[in-house]
Amino acid sequence: MFKKAQNKDFLALEGKRSGISLDNAMIIFSYIALTFVVIIPVFMIIYYTFWDGTKIDFEMFKTVLFQPENLGALKNTAIIGVVTTLLAAVIGVFFAWLLGRSDIPLKGLMRFLFSIPFMIPPFLAAMSWDMMFSGRGGYVNNFLMSLFHLAEAPFNVNSLFGIIVIEVVYYFPFVYMQVVSALERMDPTLEESARIAGASQLYVITHITLPLTIPAISSGMLLVLITSLSNYGIPSLLGFSKNIFTLPTMIVELMNRAEGSFVGIRQAACLSVILVVVVAIALLIQRIVLNVGRYDIIKGKSMRPMLIKLRGAKYPLLIFSLFFLALVVIAPLVMILCISFIKAYGLPITLENFTLAHYQRIFAGSNVMVTSAIKNSLFLGFSAGLICLFLGTMLAYVIYKVKPKGSVVLEMMAVLPYSLPGTVMAIGCILAWSGKIAGINLYNTIWIILVAYIARYLSYVLKSSSAALQQVHPSLEEAARSCGASHLESLKDITLPLIKPAMLSGFFLVFLPCMRELTTSVLLYGPKSRTLGVMIYSLRVNGMIPSAAALSVLTITIIIIMNNLVNYITKDRRK
Amino acid sequence: MTDQIVLNHVTKSFTTKELGTVVAVNDFNLTVKKGECFAFLGPSGCGKTTTLRMIAGFEDLTEGQIYLGDKLVSDSKKNIYIPPEKRELGMVFQAFAVWPHMNIFDNVAFPLKVKKVPKAEIKERVTKALHYTSLDGLEKTFPSDLSGGQQQRIALARAIVVNPDVMLLDEPLSNLDPHLRETMRFEIKRLQKEFGFTIIFVTHDQAEAMAISDRMLVMDMGNVQQIGTPSELYNKPINKFVHSFLGQSNFTKVVIKDGKAYAKGHMDQTIAVDGNVPEENGEMILATRPNTIDINRESGYKTRIIKRTFKTDFVEYLVAIGDDTVLIQTPHRNLFKSGEECYIRVHNPAWYPPEDEEAEKERERRNVV
Repeated sequence: MFKKAQNKDFLALEGKRSGISLDNAMIIFSYIALTFVVIIPVFMIIYYTFWDGTKIDFEMFKTVLFQPENLGALKNTAIIGVVTTLLAAVIGVFFAWLLGRSDIPLKGLMRFLFSIPFMIPPFLAAMSWDMMFSGRGGYVNNFLMSLFHLAEAPFNVNSLFGIIVIEVVYYFPFVYMQVVSALERMDPTLEESARIAGASQLYVITHITLPLTIPAISSGMLLVLITSLSNYGIPSLLGFSKNIFTLPTMIVELMNRAEGSFVGIRQAACLSVILVVVVAIALLIQRIVLNVGRYDIIKGKSMRPMLIKLRGAKYPLLIFSLFFLALVVIAPLVMILCISFIKAYGLPITLENFTLAHYQRIFAGSNVMVTSAIKNSLFLGFSAGLICLFLGTMLAYVIYKVKPKGSVVLEMMAVLPYSLPGTVMAIGCILAWSGKIAGINLYNTIWIILVAYIARYLSYVLKSSSAALQQVHPSLEEAARSCGASHLESLKDITLPLIKPAMLSGFFLVFLPCMRELTTSVLLYGPKSRTLGVMIYSLRVNGMIPSAAALSVLTITIIIIMNNLVNYITKDRRK
Repeated sequence: MTDQIVLNHVTKSFTTKELGTVVAVNDFNLTVKKGECFAFLGPSGCGKTTTLRMIAGFEDLTEGQIYLGDKLVSDSKKNIYIPPEKRELGMVFQAFAVWPHMNIFDNVAFPLKVKKVPKAEIKERVTKALHYTSLDGLEKTFPSDLSGGQQQRIALARAIVVNPDVMLLDEPLSNLDPHLRETMRFEIKRLQKEFGFTIIFVTHDQAEAMAISDRMLVMDMGNVQQIGTPSELYNKPINKFVHSFLGQSNFTKVVIKDGKAYAKGHMDQTIAVDGNVPEENGEMILATRPNTIDINRESGYKTRIIKRTFKTDFVEYLVAIGDDTVLIQTPHRNLFKSGEECYIRVHNPAWYPPEDEEAEKERERRNVV
C-alpha cells in the first residue's frame, strides 16, 4: 500500500497522473502530425515515381529525365540558378561593403529600400518588370523606342537573360543582409591592425575583410541558389510566352497536361524527384566548395568601425546606388501602381486614362472570385499561422526541452519541407490527399492548401520558438515545479509567457508568406479555393492586367501594414 | 634622449544627434621621449583611446598637429594625414585582433608580406619574433586553438616583427585574467628593453599604469589633468579627480578658520593635522588616503568607530568626521572594537576647493553615450 502510494506521488511529479504523461502525449502527437503533414506527401512522390501500379519501375524516371523538353528545363534551371547566385553575390557584397564600411551618405534611406524586396512577392515583381520591359509593348521599352527612334525594343525581359536579371535584383538582398550584418558585428580592430601592419585599404579588403565574411557570403549565396532553383513565379510569368521552362514551371505544366491521368501524374512526380536531386546537389556542392569554419569575429568592445572615405568616388557611387535602387525597388512598385489606375493596359499613362474602376470593382465585391480570393488568403494566413504557431512551438518544446530518443528524426522531419521546393510539396499533397489514403479527399478544397502551407512554413515557427526556448533556463520551470505547480501549469505559467514574443513573431513569419504565396497554391487551388496569388496570376494570364495590378497593390498594402505591425510589436516587447 | 612623439594642441570633437557636440579631446599637449614607457590613464570615455587612435592615424584631428620622430604625420591646418599603414607603428588592441583565418605564422608574417620582404628573411624574422614571445613551434596552429594569453602574444609578436620605433598598446591586458595580466606586464617591459621601442599604453587600471610606466598622465572628460611620474601623481595629485583615480581616497568637507580645520557644520572640534593647513578662511575639501590617518586612544580628533572590517593584510575602520566618514587602514595591532571611542590624526593631507557642479553635470551628459 505504502509503496504504491509513494510510486503514485513520483508519477504525479513526472506529470504521469493518468497513465500517459504530458511529455509523452506531446511526443506522440508530434510524430503523428509530422507523418501526416510531411512524411506521407514526400513518400507518395517517391512511390509514384518508382511504382507503376504493379511493380517497381525505373523506366518512367529515365524517360522523363531524358525527354528533350525536360532536359531543357533542367539546363535552364541550372543556368538561371548558378548565374543568379553569382551575380547576386557580387552585387550583394558590393552594397554591403558600401553601407557597412564606407562613408556614403543616405545610408538610412538605402537600408530601408533594401528591405522592400523581402516584402513583395517575386511574381508581382516579375509582373511589373514585364509591364516595363516586355519585348512587345513594355511601357519603358515603348518610351525608349520613341525617344531614340528605335525600330526594336531595347530590352526583352521575356528571355532567359531577363529571368536572370529579375531574379538577381530580387534576390541580391539575401546576400546583402547576411554580409552587412557580419560586417557590423565584425571587430573593427581586425581590419585596423592590418592597416597598422602596413596594408593599404584595398589590401585590407581583399586579405582581411572578404575572407572573414566568406561564411556570411556563402550562406547568403546558398539562400539565393535554393530560392532560385525552386522559384516558380518569375520564370512562369516571364518565360511561359516564350516557352522557356524551368523544372518548377515544367512540373506545373506536366500536371496541367496530365488532367488526372495516372501516367501524367507519374511524370510530374518524376520531375519533382529530379528537382529535389538538383537542390540536394546544390546544397552538397556549396558545402564542399565553401567548407570554411565559422570564425569568431565578434569580440572586444563595440567600437564604431572606421568608415573608409570614398573621397572623389563618393557622389558618383551615391548617384549610381540610388539610381540602381530606384530602378530595382521603386520603379516596379510605381509601375504596378500606375497600371492599377489605367483604363486599359497599353494605353499611355496620362490623366485622361485615369480610373478608379478596378479598385471600385474589388471593394464593391462585384467580382465574386476576387472577393473569395481575398477571404481565402486571409483565412489561410490566419489558420496556417495559428496552427503552425501551436504545432511549431510544441515541436520546439519536444525537440529542445523534452529531448526524447530520436528527437533528431523529429527535427529532420520538421525542417525537410524548408529545403523542398514548394512545387514538389504541392505535388506530394495532391498525391497524398486525393482519396488515395484512407479515402481522404481534399483535392480542390481549401484544406489541401492549408495542409501544404502548414508543411512549408512549420519550420519558421520551429526556428523562432526554439531559439527562444533555448534562452529559457530549465531551472525556471523547475522552480515552478518546486513551488507546487504541475508540469502543465509550469508550462502554461512560466515557459509559454516567456517565449510569447517569439511565438507572436512566428505567427507573422507564417502569415506574411501565406498572403503572397503562389507556387503551391497554383497547383492546389480549386474553383472555390483561389488565393490572392492565384487570382492575380490568372487575372494577368486572362489579359485583365489593370485589375491584376489593383489587386497586387491591395496585397502589397496588406503585407506592408502587417510587416510594420510585427516590427512595432517586437520593438515594443524589447523595451 | 630625443623626442619620439609630440602632440601640439590636439583637439578632437564629435557631433552626434543625441549629445550635440562633444569635445572628446581638448587641447592635448604631450612630448614622449624615445624609449619611454608612457601610460594614458582615465575612466572610460575620457578620450584616452581617441588620442591613441589619432596618433595611430585612425582619426582625423579637429585642431593641432602630431609628430612621430621629426615627421609631421597629422596636421589639421595643412590637412596632412599620413594613413595608418605609412606610420610604421606597432599596435596591440584590447581584443588582440588576431586574424582567425590565418595561422600563427601568417598572422605574424603579415606586416612583412605587405612590405614585400624576401621569403627567407620573413621566415627568419617571424621565427625570431615567435621566440621572443615564447610561441616557438606554434607556427601552423590557428588562433582559435590558443588561449587568451597566447593570442595576446601573437598580437605582440606581430607588432614587434617590424621593429617599430613606437608601440601603441590599447588596453592590451584587460581581456586577460589577473594572474596572466601580471606576467604579460613583465613580458612587455622585457620586450621593450630588448627592442628599445617607445610605448604608449592606454589603460583604465591605475595599478597597471603605475606598475608599467616611466611617466603617465591622467585624463578626464577630454582634458589632461596631470602629467608626471607614477610617484608624483600618487603623492602630489593636482586635483580631487586625480586623487580619487589613483588609489583609495577619503574626501571630507571642512571649513578653514584661522589656520585650523573644522568638519563642516561641527565647529566645536578642530581636526588634528600633521602638515600644512591652508591659510585662507572658507570651505575646502580635505583629501586623505586610508593609510595616512593615525588612530589611537590618546589624542587627536575625538570620534567613534562605526564599523570594523578584517582584511587579510590590515584592519579597516570606518570612522566619522563631522557628517562624513573616512576609511582607515592599520596593521593588526591595538585593535579597536566597533562603537569604541578613538582619536585620529591626519598626516600630510591634500586640500582641494569645493565641488564644481558644472563638471558633474558634464560628466553625466557624457555618460549617456
